[in-house]
Amino acid sequence: MEACNCIEPQWPADELLMKYQYISDFFIALAYFSIPLELIYFVKKSAVFPYRWVLVQFGAFIVLCGATHLINLWTFNMHSRTVALVMTTAKVLTAVVSCATALMLVHIIPDLLSVKTRELFLKNKAAELDREMGLIRTQEETGRHVRMLTHEIRSTLDRHTILKTTLVELGRTLALEECALWMPTRTALELQLSYTLHQQNPVGHTVPIHLPVINQVFSSNHAVKISPNSPVARLRPRAGKHMPGEVVAVRVPLLHLSNFQINDWPELSTKRYALMVLMLPSDSARQWHMHELELVEVVADQVAVALSHAAILEESRRARDLLMEQNIALDLARREAETAICARNDFLAVMNHEMRTPMHAIIALSSLLQETELTPEQRLMVETILKSSNLLATLINDVLDLSRLEDGSLQLDIATFNLHSVFIEVHNLIKPIASVKKLSVTLNLAADLPVYAIGDEKRLMQTILNVVGNAVKFSKEGSIWITVFVAKSESLRDFHAADFFPVQSDNHFYLRVQVKDSGSGINPQDLPKLFTKFAQNQSLATRNSGGSGLGLAICKRFVNLMEGHIWIESEGLGKGCTANFIVKLGYPERSNESKLPFLPKMRATHVQTNFPGLKVLVMDDNGVSRSVTKGLLEHLGCDVTTVSSTDEFLQVISQEHKVVFMDVCVPGIDGYELAVQIHEKFTKRHERPVLVALTGNINKMTKESCMRVGMDGVILKPVSVEKMRSVLSELLEHRVLFEAM
Amino acid sequence: MDAVAQWRNQWFDYTHYLRREGFLDDQFAQLKKLQDENSPDFVVEVVSLFFQDSEKLLNNMARALEQNVVDFKQVDACVHQFKGSSAWIGAMRLKNVCINFRNYCEAQNLEGCLGCLQQVRQECLALKNNLENLFRLEQQIVAAGGSIPVME
Repeated sequence: MEACNCIEPQWPADELLMKYQYISDFFIALAYFSIPLELIYFVKKSAVFPYRWVLVQFGAFIVLCGATHLINLWTFNMHSRTVALVMTTAKVLTAVVSCATALMLVHIIPDLLSVKTRELFLKNKAAELDREMGLIRTQEETGRHVRMLTHEIRSTLDRHTILKTTLVELGRTLALEECALWMPTRTALELQLSYTLHQQNPVGHTVPIHLPVINQVFSSNHAVKISPNSPVARLRPRAGKHMPGEVVAVRVPLLHLSNFQINDWPELSTKRYALMVLMLPSDSARQWHMHELELVEVVADQVAVALSHAAILEESRRARDLLMEQNIALDLARREAETAICARNDFLAVMNHEMRTPMHAIIALSSLLQETELTPEQRLMVETILKSSNLLATLINDVLDLSRLEDGSLQLDIATFNLHSVFIEVHNLIKPIASVKKLSVTLNLAADLPVYAIGDEKRLMQTILNVVGNAVKFSKEGSIWITVFVAKSESLRDFHAADFFPVQSDNHFYLRVQVKDSGSGINPQDLPKLFTKFAQNQSLATRNSGGSGLGLAICKRFVNLMEGHIWIESEGLGKGCTANFIVKLGYPERSNESKLPFLPKMRATHVQTNFPGLKVLVMDDNGVSRSVTKGLLEHLGCDVTTVSSTDEFLQVISQEHKVVFMDVCVPGIDGYELAVQIHEKFTKRHERPVLVALTGNINKMTKESCMRVGMDGVILKPVSVEKMRSVLSELLEHRVLFEAM
Repeated sequence: MDAVAQWRNQWFDYTHYLRREGFLDDQFAQLKKLQDENSPDFVVEVVSLFFQDSEKLLNNMARALEQNVVDFKQVDACVHQFKGSSAWIGAMRLKNVCINFRNYCEAQNLEGCLGCLQQVRQECLALKNNLENLFRLEQQIVAAGGSIPVME
């Protein structure tokens, strides 16, 4: 036989084994075929799978393996050559593919592994980002809270509101259990619990400021964690089992206003801090996070600024209130001063009147008395009375003048007068008094002293009288020398008085008067006080001088008004003293008087006693006034016509009337207007009657108004016989009369 | 002569009293001086004129002050006149009351004005009585054959 290619299948007793193999192969083939199906199914389902080629390969590999195993099934029994061929092909293919796959897998598996790693990495990253997002959100919220807090704090300028709001908002934002503010006391040695979040009455609790924990907090501008057991943190009585939450403390600089000049705050020299203590809720295991600490620090700074603004506002409010108070007080003082001045002026006005009335009575009646039949003794007595009362009247006038001097409203009565006779009269007045005290008085008038001068005669005489009077008063014995001369230009320059500036001119000369006495002298220390009002030298006062201390003060003012200078020299007590003064007077021929408001008054050489036939016109609306004036004038022999209104006046007035008396203080009748009309009617001076105004009060204003409208004189009413007589006399002689009453 | 001396003494006392109390001042003496042979009743005439005027003025003032809207300027003008007249006959107290009156008028103080008006009336009356007494005394002196003394 030929070798048979058929292989007799072995069907030994291991037929069972063969059966199992057969079944296993079958299942393996099944599995191998189902795997790619599953793969395809799931890959189709999934969206992303980058390795399709690998899949195909793998699928092919698996399929072929399955095919191999499947074909294996036929080889258990007798199988033909084709089967064997197919089997071989399948196996070869499988081998090829599996080798290719194996080779491919070498490349692919690392890739697959790295995908996994990347996936893990990304997951981690995502988790991290999530965490950070959470953190940022928290921070943003914190920031929002800070802004809101700041807004709340800065929206009020009231200190308490600021602090209270801070604590409340902080408590809310950070969910604190307790929040407290400790302020330094005035002594800066202790911290006092001023505000808390939850406690109602925090006052009184103090801790000393120099505790180490407090120093620690104050020395840094960060929020510092402190122990819950420290005295500043023990705000509530703790129930035993509570685990206290973490406590943080931060300093709040209390800025003073003066600190704002420095640019970088709060690193200043300010030493005053308040302490803010914040406590987390107990038993909460919460911890202070960085952002929360930063929040607290920012808030503390904002609070500091807000507090300083509030302090500034308080300061300015206080200053304003103080100013208002002061204003009110000043206003009151001013009004009181004004009232006082008014009262004084009223008093002066009344005294003016009251004092002058009796004086006039005395003077008038004494002058009347003079005209009656008197024995020579009586005549002498009456003359002395008259002279003394004239002096007294002058004195009264001058006491009242002094107040006018103070006001600056006194003006000198400039007129031409006889300079020599002034001194002679002073000499005559002083001689009797001096001779009683056995003092000799020598008057020495320089040869070049002008006889007439222009100035205020009355006040010059008063000054001289005062100075000479003082010399007499304070000398017990010896002599008094009065020297009068014209001060030459060279000597004038020697005077370095503060307010004396002599100016030479052709119209004026400086009169120098020197009064030397050999009396008690004056202590050089007292010299400056001499001219002070009412200040009497003690040693002089003991001499019972009886003066009011006004004399020299008045003299000084008069001399100043006359643009001069007065001073006293003395070598000491017991060595006598020399009083000097210089005044400016005008030369009578060369001065221009047009600038002076007053017309020169010539002394009347004689007084007419009667005016027979003088035609006088009287205008007055008051019946009584009219009749008395008429009676007065008729008593003096005049031929009087009376009218009571301007119309009547204008009808009656004619060239025959020589003198017109008109009342100018009649309301409703404008006497001034009338005067103007008279001037217009009678243009030539010799045709016009003399116009005299009768008025109830004489002051500068009345006089000026009268002069302005062209009146020739002003008289104060009521008028005495004597007065009327002298007035008429003067008017007829000089056609002018202006004098003060 | 005794009677005359008595009357004269009485006259002196009375005038002293009047001067002291301020009813009259030196202006009255001036008036007396103007009385001479040409005008023997000068003083009496002036005084009567004064009282006639004052009646009128007082009535004007009273009427003005009774108005609803008081014209203080008018009242002031009347008081001014009154003051002037009083000054001319030497009635010092009257004059002083007038000064007060004018102040009230300036201040437009109705109460004060009414008070002053009352005062003026009283003073006027008192003065009238006093002057009447004085003139009667003088008449009696003249009737008894003496001459009226000169007022000091």
